[in-house]
Amino acid sequence: MSVNYGSKRIVVGAHYGLRDWLAQRVTGLLMAIFTAIVLAQVLLTKGPMGYDKWAGIFSTQWMKTLTFCVIVALLYHAWIGMREIFMDYVKPLSVRLSLQVFAIVWLVGCAGWAVQVLWRL
Amino acid sequence: MSELNPAPRAKRPEFRNINALDDLPGYRWPLAAIVSGMHRASGLFMFLLMPFIIWMFDTSVSSEFSFARFTSAFTNGIGFVPGILVKLVALGLIWAYLHHFFAGMRHIRMDIFHTVTKEAGKSTAQLTLVLSLGLTVVLGAKLFGLY
Repeated sequence: MSVNYGSKRIVVGAHYGLRDWLAQRVTGLLMAIFTAIVLAQVLLTKGPMGYDKWAGIFSTQWMKTLTFCVIVALLYHAWIGMREIFMDYVKPLSVRLSLQVFAIVWLVGCAGWAVQVLWRL
Repeated sequence: MSELNPAPRAKRPEFRNINALDDLPGYRWPLAAIVSGMHRASGLFMFLLMPFIIWMFDTSVSSEFSFARFTSAFTNGIGFVPGILVKLVALGLIWAYLHHFFAGMRHIRMDIFHTVTKEAGKSTAQLTLVLSLGLTVVLGAKLFGLY
């Protein structure tokens, strides 16, 4: 009697483990490096931190590109974490799917806003 | 052969946490469990407050004018929300970020070095709490203008 686990997969279940597990760590490390880079620039600033110096940190092309990558990384990282929470605590499929759709809309909306801010700098 | 002639097995017992209110208060929470639970809670907190985080990013970098709105939010408040509450929420975000950061580093250390022991679990959990709470106090004192 073999059990076909494939047929037991459901649309909002687990089973996509390793890729997301690795992605969560890689995106987390990227955000940690970004934190260190922003922090270093803040600490190396001489004099009081005003608008010019703060906005100046994000206005160079390499920082814009890096910040863009971090926004995408954050989107993916938070999605994996939220999906994990929903899978652990929310059992009814309809509620879980609704919450997952909400999380995606919430995160994509936030990421779009952040990219808009970044690109008009 | 064993597949052709399966030995009858006793039904294995199942343990499920269905009585949350009866069972959960009785659970022991070792330090590593507290750090793990807080890792999850801090992630959820930052997810829910993400629009506020991006609002801070937006107003602080967009223009001189919006930067002034950003700084005044911490003293004069935003709309009906008083400034002290904005500061407290910002402090909560600082704490959540620092805890999530160090707890995440703890996980990556475990993943890379495969050194999962009971002792290391406790000592790295202690280190996580010391670093995150310590830095939260330092940055919080700055936020509330103590130095």
